[in-house]
Amino acid sequence: MSVPVEFYMVLSGLVFVIGLVGVLVRKNLIIILLSIELMLNATNINFVAFSSHFGNLSGQVFVFFALTVAAAEVAVGLAIIIALYRHHASINVDDFRLLKW
Amino acid sequence: MATFVFLYFAAVIVMAASLVVVLRNPIYSALSLLVMFFHVAGLYVTLHAEFLAAIQIIVYAGAILVLYLFVVMLLNVKREEQFNQQGPVALFLGVVLLTEAVLLAVSRGFTVGTPEPGREGSAVGNTESIGEILYSTYLFPFEIASLILLVAMIGAVILSKKGIMESK
Repeated sequence: MSVPVEFYMVLSGLVFVIGLVGVLVRKNLIIILLSIELMLNATNINFVAFSSHFGNLSGQVFVFFALTVAAAEVAVGLAIIIALYRHHASINVDDFRLLKW
Repeated sequence: MATFVFLYFAAVIVMAASLVVVLRNPIYSALSLLVMFFHVAGLYVTLHAEFLAAIQIIVYAGAILVLYLFVVMLLNVKREEQFNQQGPVALFLGVVLLTEAVLLAVSRGFTVGTPEPGREGSAVGNTESIGEILYSTYLFPFEIASLILLVAMIGAVILSKKGIMESK
């Protein structure tokens, strides 16, 4: 007997909401990026669960692409964090109020 | 039996995800995320997605998380006050969204559809069939993904290298 797909949806929703609250609540830029990773993983769990439920491989291919985008996002995001730290000596999001300095 | 395995993985995933948000030290947050990645990989194995489980461990735990830890230790940020004032708004939004998602998942009117006969529970997810579908149906998105990676690489180099833009 296999696990019903609704269980995976609830788990995925929980992880996604935790990530969303993390993005909104935390001040540390690195933790915000980690929370974005949480949200991406929540969607990946959903994709794989439905892929297994329907016996269709397309969901797993989409997880593969989401993973690629996550890697690109991490590389650019961490580069932006390092550039910001060089200008302001801080990675607290409350310190960045201007688009131009 | 399968339900118990799922419940174990789900409990650890949710707890580790909460710790990522709650913990004060970024290094501990990253390590907690590592635990979560491993358990998500375990969940993939129970769903017969072995290739993705391996990729999850190699790429997420092996590459992305090391990058995070590297930057955390490079910046060496002092401990600071962690939560915004918009915490209540965020919690409200989170509770509303979660209630909506759970209601959608468990309501009677919602059906996820039944799999085609004969394909239910079939052992999908081996590397060979993923490779076949990736290089035939999804060939063009695959090329776009490589372009995204190239752009990200160039962007990261330009953003983090000092004085590369004003060196004329």
